[in-house]
Amino acid sequence: MTVMDTTPSSAAVATDAVAATAQEAVEAAQPAVEREIKMAARGVNVFYGDTQALYEVGIDIANNEVTSLIGPSGCGKSTFLRCLNRMNDTIEGCRVEGSITLDGENIYDRALDPVLLRARVGMVFQKPNPFPKSIYDNIAYGPRIHGLASGKADLDEIVTTSLEKAGLLEEVKDRLDQPGTGLSGGQQQRLCIARAIAVKPEVILMDEPCSALDPIATAKVEELIDELRQDFTIVIVTHSMQQAARVSQRTAFFHLGKLVEEGETNQIFTNPQDQRTHDYITGRFG
Amino acid sequence: MTSTVNDTGRSFAYGQAALIERSLRRRHARERRFRLMGMLAVIAAIGFVVVLFSSVLARGLPAFWQATITLDVTFDPEVVDVGPPPEQQADQSEAAFQKEMNRWRRGLALVNWNKLIEGGLRKAIGETDASKRDLIGLVASGERFRLREMVLQDPAIVGTTRQVDLLANANVDVWLKGNIDRSLPDSRQQLSGDQQDLADRLYERGIIHMAFAKSLFLNVDSRSSPASAGLAGAFVGSLYMMLIVIVLAVPIGVASAIYLEEFAPKNRLTDLIEVNINNLAAVPSIVFGLLGASVFIGWFHLPLSAPLVGGLVLTLMTLPIIIISTRSTLRALPPSIRHAALGVGASRTQMVFHHVLPLAIPGILTATIIGVAQALGETAPLLLIGMNAFVASVPGTPLDQSTALPVQIFLWQGNENRNFFEARTSAAIIVLLALMISLNALAVFMRQRIQRRW
Repeated sequence: MTVMDTTPSSAAVATDAVAATAQEAVEAAQPAVEREIKMAARGVNVFYGDTQALYEVGIDIANNEVTSLIGPSGCGKSTFLRCLNRMNDTIEGCRVEGSITLDGENIYDRALDPVLLRARVGMVFQKPNPFPKSIYDNIAYGPRIHGLASGKADLDEIVTTSLEKAGLLEEVKDRLDQPGTGLSGGQQQRLCIARAIAVKPEVILMDEPCSALDPIATAKVEELIDELRQDFTIVIVTHSMQQAARVSQRTAFFHLGKLVEEGETNQIFTNPQDQRTHDYITGRFG
Repeated sequence: MTSTVNDTGRSFAYGQAALIERSLRRRHARERRFRLMGMLAVIAAIGFVVVLFSSVLARGLPAFWQATITLDVTFDPEVVDVGPPPEQQADQSEAAFQKEMNRWRRGLALVNWNKLIEGGLRKAIGETDASKRDLIGLVASGERFRLREMVLQDPAIVGTTRQVDLLANANVDVWLKGNIDRSLPDSRQQLSGDQQDLADRLYERGIIHMAFAKSLFLNVDSRSSPASAGLAGAFVGSLYMMLIVIVLAVPIGVASAIYLEEFAPKNRLTDLIEVNINNLAAVPSIVFGLLGASVFIGWFHLPLSAPLVGGLVLTLMTLPIIIISTRSTLRALPPSIRHAALGVGASRTQMVFHHVLPLAIPGILTATIIGVAQALGETAPLLLIGMNAFVASVPGTPLDQSTALPVQIFLWQGNENRNFFEARTSAAIIVLLALMISLNALAVFMRQRIQRRW
């Protein structure tokens, strides 16, 4: 990460004026949009051993919206994403403070089973990671372990609809018994999305889902994310600001473990409130 | 390069290139030296293996063919004067019949079988003034009981003449194979002058010939009749121990590895356990023998020389190997597979048993085979629990007295009949090596099969 050594004075003058107008715009816009809050984080601090990775993060994630988390490498956006379905639990020495709620229920409550949480909050990872099993078994695995299908026909139905929603059905319908690892990178990632959908989660977390894909596969996945917004709440971590601008309705900018700014994507990209956001999206650092 | 000296930019580039080129030569030379050393190391290693194998094979292979005397033996009713075996009469009780039968068998045991062998030999040789003792001495002393077995199996052969293959005495075998210095005077030879002569004459006429040594595999160890000493008892003993090691060490080892790697919290205690397991793998195996002797035999009063105790001791020895290799296999699996499973809501146990374990099986299999093969070849701990006893029977159960293949090699190696047992020992080593190589081949085969599924 590079440290800015630009003199803040000239930039600050310019941004102050911009910020003032943006503030008015946001205040004017907010009552108009009725946001149904799905997940809410308040005062989240995350520690890896003695190092603090996140500082007092607070954010609301609304239903049927795509929220993108952007920021330079090591800023804590992936850490925050993994807090949302407690994947951080699996990391040795990781400690989470603060509260994160799903439908008003604290997910770090002792009474809440992380297995149930992960069934409700699914996840797609940076690198496509299909199971070394057939395409069918990849998708059927989640419904099977959760007992979501009442029979073979039901399971077939789940697999087909999941593949269809993930836009993969046409490409693989004749080879469902072939290994999922034999697909191309983009297909594998859509298979992983189909696998996440099959459990019918309420929220889907995506950790840089396109970083290992070529532009065509990326375009397909982005299109898919937009469609999935109808049924799911999506949180996506991305390094590409263009991607954030294309797929998300809201954007949160993280820097050095802090949530710098969060707001509507349009507003963040055209009229950022914070100097650091401005510098990041204009490519001054990161 | 077409650079001029006064063109500063280019000459700088040229100077740098020359600098790099000079260092490159040094770097390439270093690489060549390193490659050469690596190649030499590999050649040396292969050389040692070749020397080892060829010396073992050169010494051991001849032992798979053993001097055998083919004789026409007449089962003279006057020598075998026991009559036909008793038959159960209608009015005879079972006990009375058994008593008759035992009397008949006792009679059979008292028959002078050597006399039949002597007769057969005299017929084969023709005119000779060799003493009875010299003649009988040509045949391995245990072979006379083979004739008894034949009559016991089929009493009808009494009175007939049968062709019988008898193992020659160990000294005859050694004499014919040329492993004895023939120039030594008779007083320093195991065979008498007459016997040397007879052996040579019979060998020329094909009556003594080299036949495949079935006895090596079918017989148990023997002291009185070295020529018929075999590996059957040791082989079965080793088999029992391997079974015990596989049944105990594999599940316990794999389960501990999975628990420590996937479930156990990482704290002082588990660190301590890990250090101790690593240390256990380095403990000299003889110490495990001492432990086994004091715990299994001293406290639990399990029998001495039993494959069960041997198996338990070898299990203790194999456990750390299996645990360590299984853990490293688990650790080497990509975390993405765990994340994928947890991400769709699998529990930790489901993650381990549905995804991690199937991927780890090839590695676990290799670990198991390495551990079991090492246990199979282990001698020292077995000496301390009495498995170096001379046992002349095939163990029926793991609680019977037995020896093991490596211990048998050790015992034969120390046998006073050096000339004969040197080859025998190498033959036993070949059997042990063959067993290990086939175990490894099995592991490779199974790994290939399992991996091909994905």
